[in-house]
Amino acid sequence: MIVARTGNEAMAEAMRQINPDVVAAYPITPATEVVQLFSTFVHDGTVSTQFVPAESEHSAISACVGASSAGARVMTSTSSQGLALMHEILFIAAGLRLPIVICLVNRSLSSPINIHCDHSDSLASRDSGWIQIFTENTQEAYDTTLMAVKIAEKALLPAMVTTDGFIISHGMERVELVGDAEVPKFLGERKAKTSLLDVDNPITLGALDLQDYFFEHKRSEIDAMNHVLPIIDEVQKEFGKKFGRNYNTVDEYKMDDAEVAILAMGSTGGTGKVAVDRLREQGKKVGLIRCRVYRPFPKGAMLKAVSKVKVLGIMDRADTMSTLGGHLYNECRSILYDSEERPIMKNYIYGLGGRDISIEEIEDIYAELFNIQKSGEVDKEIVYYGVRGE
Amino acid sequence: MALLEIRWHGRGGQGAKTAALLFADAAVETGKYIQAFPEYGPERMGAPVFAFNRISDEPILQHCGIKEPNIVVVLDPTLMETVDVTDGLPPDGVILVNTQKSASEIKKQLKLTSQNVYVVDASKIANEILKRNLPNTPMLGALIKVSKLLDFNAMLGSVKLRLEHKFPNRPEVVEGNMKAIKRAYEEAKA
Repeated sequence: MIVARTGNEAMAEAMRQINPDVVAAYPITPATEVVQLFSTFVHDGTVSTQFVPAESEHSAISACVGASSAGARVMTSTSSQGLALMHEILFIAAGLRLPIVICLVNRSLSSPINIHCDHSDSLASRDSGWIQIFTENTQEAYDTTLMAVKIAEKALLPAMVTTDGFIISHGMERVELVGDAEVPKFLGERKAKTSLLDVDNPITLGALDLQDYFFEHKRSEIDAMNHVLPIIDEVQKEFGKKFGRNYNTVDEYKMDDAEVAILAMGSTGGTGKVAVDRLREQGKKVGLIRCRVYRPFPKGAMLKAVSKVKVLGIMDRADTMSTLGGHLYNECRSILYDSEERPIMKNYIYGLGGRDISIEEIEDIYAELFNIQKSGEVDKEIVYYGVRGE
Repeated sequence: MALLEIRWHGRGGQGAKTAALLFADAAVETGKYIQAFPEYGPERMGAPVFAFNRISDEPILQHCGIKEPNIVVVLDPTLMETVDVTDGLPPDGVILVNTQKSASEIKKQLKLTSQNVYVVDASKIANEILKRNLPNTPMLGALIKVSKLLDFNAMLGSVKLRLEHKFPNRPEVVEGNMKAIKRAYEEAKA
């Protein structure tokens, strides 16, 4: 069925079709609609979910941890400060290997207070042990929400699926929905190995774990992350086969003969693709790489993509506050360290607090990358693009 | 159809966003690719607001703002005194204004040369039929006429469905809006 939906509506629609056992949530702009719409499904009886309106995000994710420990399929949605308030519990959900799924709408973290998009919220929780998948548009947000449940339950790790705040969350687009009956068939039931409610087989969760065994348990969690990329590949392949829409951990656009490329995440990937099309019409060999799966970092696929070009412009919609540039820039420099031939890299931090990035601006960045290719030198490795006073 | 971009000007509470969403919804029904998005600022009742549409036969990939719209729709004529509603409008652009004035008067007021101006008194239509100054749905009808983008009857059907969904227990609201859309479609003129 083809419909018009905003990103939030599409994610809520996916949640309706998933029909989770438990959803616990607290509202926050611009993610509010996801659970607001979902709560109407609960009210109307179109889902059989136990809905827990919590008194804070910390409580919401804590309720998710409890329900998931009992073996339930659990989802929630939040944004920005909400995710920050969940921060403590994010690590617990991952450490307890609970496949909770968050529909995350990317919004700047305060201060200054702002409600618009950048990636500072999800990237601030990149080390929490959650799978992170950044989506480009409404269709992908919907599809990935469906896939995330399966990925999380196979990996026994929690996952967050992100959309760009307002740009996608409140932007209406054409979306092709999967049939209601298809979703339970695709996902199957969650079969948890243990349940807190199974009184015949009692277990302890979250016990004190000191010098003697903490490290082994943490090591096994890290190892679980090592097994995630093949699971994502497998689920994406199955989804593509069943529903006809194919996804990769790293999205390559017109990269085969590209000499310079841009690497970005989220909705900017789409805007960049239009810039690529325009420059290709002028005969310029440009391409675009979009990092779709950010955690775990898809090293192999990313190396393959970035190694194709001479110059790479890396666009980060957040800063690490380390004076070393943005997240993607640092990850890419790290994975390329062992490569004998690597592209010249330049980091463009852009779009903080929702500042728009236009097709023309991205074309301008490509022009700069061609100049770098010509001279072989980068005058400034990290720039803040589109900010006053630069 | 090549990509077409529309900018809606309204005041907070007048339904610019709703109109853009309804328009997109109707266009999807006729097989188009669409986008509809508002510009969220420090929004409050009565303040100038914007909403946008993209519409195309091909998938729409960009997610940036719209700076040079092909069509501008002005829901509130008083906005023309404070907001540059023609900003970025190309020489062959179209502007549709809810006003009591004629198209030539508006053309003069906005100092336009080559652009096509259309007018309709959507507030009068809304006041008479809906008993409230809600010009957004009538303007939708006028937009269908001047943009020549969609089949009018197909659009009507889609808007009706959406309104029925929104107002399940108020058939008179749905009927009123349908009537207002039809009348604005008939009365919009250059």
